[in-house]
Amino acid sequence: MEANSANTRMITTRKEFYRKFRKKSIAQELWGRFVKNKTAVLGLAIFIMILLLAVFAPLIADYDTVVIKLNIAERLQKPSAKYIFGTDEMGRDIFARIIYGARNSLTISFVSVAFALTLGGLLGAISGYYGGLVDNIIMRIMDVFLCLPEILMALAFVAVFGTSIPNLIISAGLSFSPKFARIVRSAVLSVRGSEYLEAARSIGARDFYIIINHVIINCIGPIIVQVTLYIAHAILIISSLSFIGLGVQPPAPEWGNMLSSGREYMREAAYLVISPGLAIFFTILSLNLLGDGLRDTLDPRLKQ
Amino acid sequence: MLRYILKRIALMIPIILALTFVVFSIMSLTPGDAAYAILGSEYSEENGAQLRTELGLDKPFFVQYFNYMVGLLHGDMGTSYISKAPVVDQLKARFPNTFKITMLSMAFSVIVGIPIGVISATKPKSVLSRTSLLVGMMGISIPGFWLGMLMILLFAVKLGWLPSSGVNEGFKSLLLPSLTLGINFLASVMRTTRSSMMETVRADYVRTARSKGLSEKKVIFDHALGNALMPTITVVGVQVGTLLGSMVLTETVFAIPGTGRLLVEAITKRDTPTILGALVLLGCCVAVCNLIVDIIYAYIDPRIKAQYTGRA
Repeated sequence: MEANSANTRMITTRKEFYRKFRKKSIAQELWGRFVKNKTAVLGLAIFIMILLLAVFAPLIADYDTVVIKLNIAERLQKPSAKYIFGTDEMGRDIFARIIYGARNSLTISFVSVAFALTLGGLLGAISGYYGGLVDNIIMRIMDVFLCLPEILMALAFVAVFGTSIPNLIISAGLSFSPKFARIVRSAVLSVRGSEYLEAARSIGARDFYIIINHVIINCIGPIIVQVTLYIAHAILIISSLSFIGLGVQPPAPEWGNMLSSGREYMREAAYLVISPGLAIFFTILSLNLLGDGLRDTLDPRLKQ
Repeated sequence: MLRYILKRIALMIPIILALTFVVFSIMSLTPGDAAYAILGSEYSEENGAQLRTELGLDKPFFVQYFNYMVGLLHGDMGTSYISKAPVVDQLKARFPNTFKITMLSMAFSVIVGIPIGVISATKPKSVLSRTSLLVGMMGISIPGFWLGMLMILLFAVKLGWLPSSGVNEGFKSLLLPSLTLGINFLASVMRTTRSSMMETVRADYVRTARSKGLSEKKVIFDHALGNALMPTITVVGVQVGTLLGSMVLTETVFAIPGTGRLLVEAITKRDTPTILGALVLLGCCVAVCNLIVDIIYAYIDPRIKAQYTGRA
């Protein structure tokens, strides 16, 4: 409503005229729309901060001496200037473990979502693009996999494959794939009847070329949004699996397994479970804020 | 209407077939020899082969699946490799706890989430509305199992009001787990109700109702609410699965002897029949919940009703 009244306001100066009618690039326009959304910018800022801490973790703390090594002398230290989040039951620096844990959590979630996007996305794209029988067969198979909640599906795969990091990625990725097939399929369906596809076909472009260069490019918006929200979801699933002892195995730091080992001492040392939980919470929150903001930016029709 | 319900119930058969098939095929990929897992140190070539024949593990995959399904129809889900007890008995002992907590947390989420969503949508500038937006965002982001631990620290350790684990104190011991389990669900119900209600109150027919001079209460409850609840019901249907999945974590945090905990224990011990049984049971629960949601949907959405009553 507000935007509308601004558009119809009379233009009084030349400067204003240029500002209004100068052609902006798509990226500029989207960025302009994005930065107006304060909460989305906040989400992006928090996420970038977490990402930077994870990337530069080796500069902040040494993996072998404070993250992994048993150090009984420094056991269960309360948060202080030396250890800002305190130390755990084995005398390891919790802050250092959290930033190294971020590397595990983020990498596994990113890669598993990428895996799901590739596998599910490809199936969804084929399904949406060709329609008919192909669509029916692929989507019914996906439906079959959707009848079990993702975390249970991931548990089933972990039960079969075991708990190494690559196995976790495959398990999570496989359990996310059907959702991505659906998301990509519906995005593809929304551009399917377009004339530019007809045009591309009429100049003799191959299906594969059309799918990559026209279909996917044009339905990338909603997919980016879903990927952002799904990474948040993946972080939750990975830390959940680690929490119940079926994810990243100690002594490797991961937020979920830190919570799990801290749980036994939480009555005496509550800080053991507070900071790793906050790490998960803020990461998921930032991605959710970012995802909501991207949705408003990329698809103004869905704006609430 | 009855026809719709019957049709929807009939649809459960392929869903459950598909569910069992998927779970069964995934579990059949388990590496290693089941006979070896059962016999442990007593394993020899001879009794291993004998046990495999007994369990039907030497048969082709589809025969095994068929046998499993026949067993399932007779209420037999096999025997645990570890405890040697029938899987069905274990599930029977554990499932009531899971069921109670799930129902309680769903009821709590819907009863609290919908009214807050509606009120905050009708008064978008109010403090309640702004708070609910913030709390909703935090609620969908907070890991339930972490919240559970924080609540144990506050209500059980610090204040000593509620038990921190187990199910021995009846309703009191179900409170914290249900709250923990329900928080993400509550937040999504609230957010969806809020946004769909906000959209509905802007619709033309709502403006018509207002311009007829109806009271605001009547406009909201008689005209807007029914339509605004559609997306909420959809979300409930979608989230039920996630809710049941998170049960695994909640039961771990609160040390509740439920189906989820059983599943995790079975996975750690590589007890395939129990894993299979627990997954099939939880999957069926999701399917039944979705069925109920669909039926409620049909009651609220006159379009579905019309499809079936119109022609009959």
